[in-house]
Amino acid sequence: MPRRGKVALTQFAIVLGLILIWELGVRSGLIDPFFFPAPSTLVVRIGEWTSTADFWTDVGITLLETVLSFLAGIGIGTALGIWLGLSPFAAEVVQPFIKIFNAIPRILLGPIFVIWFGLGLTSKVALGVTLVLFVAFFNTFQGVREVNPVVLANARLLRASKSSLLRHVYLPSATTWILSSLRVSVGMAVMGAVVAEYLGSSAGLGHLIAQAEGVLDATGVFAGIIVLSAFVVALDAIVDRAEKRLLVWRPAPAHES
Amino acid sequence: MGRRGLAVDLRDVMIRFGDFTAVKSMNLQVGETEFVAVVGPTGCGKSTILNTVTGLLKPAAGDVRIFGKSLTGLNGQSGYMLQQEGLLPWKTAQDNVGLGLVFQGSSIAKAREQARPWLAKVGLKGFEERYPHQLSGGQRKRVAMAQTLIMEPKIVLMDEPFSVLDVHTRRLMHRILLDLWQADRRSLVFITHDLGEAITLADRVVVMSAGPASRMVADVRITLHRPRDVTALQTTDEFVALYREIWSLLGAEVEKSYAAQG
Repeated sequence: MPRRGKVALTQFAIVLGLILIWELGVRSGLIDPFFFPAPSTLVVRIGEWTSTADFWTDVGITLLETVLSFLAGIGIGTALGIWLGLSPFAAEVVQPFIKIFNAIPRILLGPIFVIWFGLGLTSKVALGVTLVLFVAFFNTFQGVREVNPVVLANARLLRASKSSLLRHVYLPSATTWILSSLRVSVGMAVMGAVVAEYLGSSAGLGHLIAQAEGVLDATGVFAGIIVLSAFVVALDAIVDRAEKRLLVWRPAPAHES
Repeated sequence: MGRRGLAVDLRDVMIRFGDFTAVKSMNLQVGETEFVAVVGPTGCGKSTILNTVTGLLKPAAGDVRIFGKSLTGLNGQSGYMLQQEGLLPWKTAQDNVGLGLVFQGSSIAKAREQARPWLAKVGLKGFEERYPHQLSGGQRKRVAMAQTLIMEPKIVLMDEPFSVLDVHTRRLMHRILLDLWQADRRSLVFITHDLGEAITLADRVVVMSAGPASRMVADVRITLHRPRDVTALQTTDEFVALYREIWSLLGAEVEKSYAAQG
């Protein structure tokens, strides 16, 4: 059997085994279903959810918030990274402020954003942006700073203008860094959206979980977590594809066969 | 002052970095269709001479004339091929070759159209869509060569372009370079520390003394007839005689540079 098949089979066996132990544990009374609801009840709950229109509205809203905060965060972070990467003076001036801002546990800004922007979409996107922005910023900054000096010298010798350098040298170089951080950024965007929903909202997956928690409905909380995980895995797959397309020029890692 | 027919004319050029004198006095004249090789021991300031010709470096004293005119600012008529790898890894071979054209405002499609015949000229037909990491070291050098020459510079500057290649690949590069130069003669200044390479390629070999404060110690005309066969050439009596003659000057300088390094 090829190695990949073996790996997949082993992974499948582990998941199946864990679910089975969990299910049997609940059924035999060893595990309290109040704290750990049986996998079968979670499946039933998710099944119930997916047959209602409200659930899909919640998914849609969370997705919208995620995408918006992801795009805005990447956009602002990249622009900031390029600017500071190319201007050592500005970088030196701004650096301490960025450090301080980055030191704030961003999640705590959630309540403030709810106060500022209300219970709607804006407060969710605002929190997501503050989370994504720094990841994108630090990576772009690094990417611009670490452009191969020989490549840069060569482009200059070919009489590249400033804007040409930006478009053909700095941006592509930073792109590899941004893309490598994309997976983290997607996670951050989802986290921002869900946490903000959880803190105060009228819709979305975070709201769904908060509601379940409010009535001590562990089944609802677990089901919500599973749905969210599936949500992130799906987004991850999209990022994977984008990365493969954009980085065709990169040599394949040596260890991969 | 400037003689007609000279593409590059350096007169008593001195190059200093602060208190450090890299080149004490350099006289270098290169004709419009002449291939001049500059040899010298490591650290003799060979590369700084090219930087002076491009205008990146201002001489502390002396006169730099390009086609009879004193050089102010950057030299707009030179193309420079670096020793190290300078291709953009995220662009295909043809896009790398056409890069200078794109920088000049040409559209990508048009640059590609012009780049393809150049890839064919350096023997890379069929490699248009390859990325640099999919090419061998010698192939990347050929892309870099096409990238420099497509701009049709009147003065071509090459700074030890083939020093990282193995002997066989280097010989192939010599053949390609000589073919291209033979077909469209330009002023070419070629820096190297390999005397055999210098004699094989050039019309004249200029020998520099060991640095710091280096100067020119010899200017030898290479009388080998053209077109040259880069492989057969190296065993001819004429080649060996020239090699001996120049090495008698260069060898002493190399010894000096060893002594200076301790």
